[in-house]
Amino acid sequence: MDAIVVDGLTKTYKPMWPWLKETTVLSDVSLSVGQGEVFGFLGHNGAGKTTTMKMLMGLLRPTRGSIELLGVSADNVAVHARIGYLPEAPYFYDYLTAEEFLRFYGRLAGLPCETVHQRVPQLLDRVGLTEARDRQLRKFSKGMLQRIGLAQALIHDPELIILDEPMSGLDPIGRKEVRDLILSLRDQGKTVFFSTHIVSDVEMICDRVGILAKGKMVTSGRIEDLVNEHVAQSVEVVCDGVVGDKLAEVKSKAIRILQRGERCLMILPGQDHLEEVLSTLRHAGGKLVSVIPHKGSLEEIFLEQTNRRA
Amino acid sequence: MRSLVVVAGNTFKETVRDKILYNLVFFAILLIGASLLLGTLTMGEQSRIINDLGLAAINLVAVIIAIFVGIGLVTKEIDRRTIYTILARPITRVQFILGKYLGLAFIIAVNIAIMFTMFLGTVWVSGNVIYGSLFQAVELILVETLLVMAIAMFFSTFSSSTLSATMTIGVYVIGHLTSDLKAIAEKSHSQLTEAVLTALYYVCPNLELLNIKGQAASGVLVEMGYQLTATAYGVLYAGLLLTGACLIFQRRDF
Ligand SMILES: Nc1ncnc2c1ncn2[C@@H]1O[C@H](COP(=O)(O)OP(=O)(O)O)[C@@H](O)[C@H]1O
Ligand SMILES: [Mg+2]
Repeated sequence: MDAIVVDGLTKTYKPMWPWLKETTVLSDVSLSVGQGEVFGFLGHNGAGKTTTMKMLMGLLRPTRGSIELLGVSADNVAVHARIGYLPEAPYFYDYLTAEEFLRFYGRLAGLPCETVHQRVPQLLDRVGLTEARDRQLRKFSKGMLQRIGLAQALIHDPELIILDEPMSGLDPIGRKEVRDLILSLRDQGKTVFFSTHIVSDVEMICDRVGILAKGKMVTSGRIEDLVNEHVAQSVEVVCDGVVGDKLAEVKSKAIRILQRGERCLMILPGQDHLEEVLSTLRHAGGKLVSVIPHKGSLEEIFLEQTNRRA
Repeated sequence: MRSLVVVAGNTFKETVRDKILYNLVFFAILLIGASLLLGTLTMGEQSRIINDLGLAAINLVAVIIAIFVGIGLVTKEIDRRTIYTILARPITRVQFILGKYLGLAFIIAVNIAIMFTMFLGTVWVSGNVIYGSLFQAVELILVETLLVMAIAMFFSTFSSSTLSATMTIGVYVIGHLTSDLKAIAEKSHSQLTEAVLTALYYVCPNLELLNIKGQAASGVLVEMGYQLTATAYGVLYAGLLLTGACLIFQRRDF
């Protein structure tokens, strides 16, 4: 059983007046996240990540499509007892202290009092807020709010954790802490589904990613598979002593040729014509400096896939 | 059921921390001031005026809290986006609405009880008779307040706080004028005016049914049958509005 199964999810906003055009912010999105997986949901601002996550949590009503969480239809709020959710740019009851705040959410999650009392100090420690436990949330900095938000999502030890831009607004150390937290959740066998618009956030910690652009799922899969599939693996050849006419022969095979004095750098689209190009260069009396196969990066795929839709 | 209690409890805590209950201090000062001023009047007049004043003040304070806190209960959660994390818990939207309502209802009931006790104390200290009718009047004040809260909550599930406040106050005022409305509608020459006024007459709750303050102030009891009917009327009306609020809230996007 997968932790999240989304099928044909569509969200259309109908304007108040019937003669205005309706806007479709999400169309026909399907994805699945296996149990124990860390899934990165990647997309530019406005791509529809938050919309998708809100529909998972029942905050928005889907126009079409179905959602299953932990094997249960998302309409059944009882399943929320097994899910932790951190909304985007969260804002909480600021008159509560950190401790009271976590207790309230623990009780709302249906935990018995004793369990709540046990878990609150553990979680405050885990997100590094033990010192601030008696402080009201209105006196928290943005990073601290993000951390108490994470604690709130984890108070009931959920199986599935849904985080909307958990690293946003954090400094580099904060981002690393969130990454480490996600990895430690994975080590505990939890499923984590999080969104971001920053590729490096996903590259390091995700098993799989999904890329969303303009409300459509453009691609998803394991990062290695995506990189192998999508970006033709280019080869960079550097060679000395080949100029003019001789170079023109290989020009048609290369994507790009840069020349500086004696040295020339060319990028070939793949391995197909590599041998041919190398022998041409040798025959022309060139001296090979280096041949480096280039792997595509997730960043390239992300930009390529999202630009294509733009 | 547990979630409902947790939401209600938090509503109680929030309202207490928002210093809503400071109204009690204000109320106490008002009562003491009034009874000092009235000390100069003759006994008979004094009793009626203190009763009139006390009941009116209790009613006013309770209705004001009901409207303004009642509207904030839902709209504040939406504006501050705290609703996201609440509804992400195993709690249905209906439980959320009812929890909010019950939390405030509890606060207001406690509040009215304290004000009423202070009021009875003033009556007693100033040497006047404590009429049984005062209890009848305050019971219907509580019912009216619960109804007004339901009106406020109903509007706040689909409109902004300013709009909700305006509409709730509108319904409150019309609710106290419904019998006049009917009379004006019957006399009106314009069919449109008549239709609108008649519609308002049937849609708005008749809050005058819940107002027995004048009679109670002079110590005249109302019949038990009337008391029960009026109570049932208010409670049913509030129940209907809360059902409507839940239905609308169920379908909302956040
Ligand atoms: N209530 C709404 N009515 C119309 N459009 C909306 C509404 N809410 C969000 N949108 C649009 O939906 C798109 C997706 O938004 P969002 O899901 O927040 O993107 P992301 O989280 O990926 O940045 C945006 O273009 C936004 O303008
Ligand atoms: Mg977003």
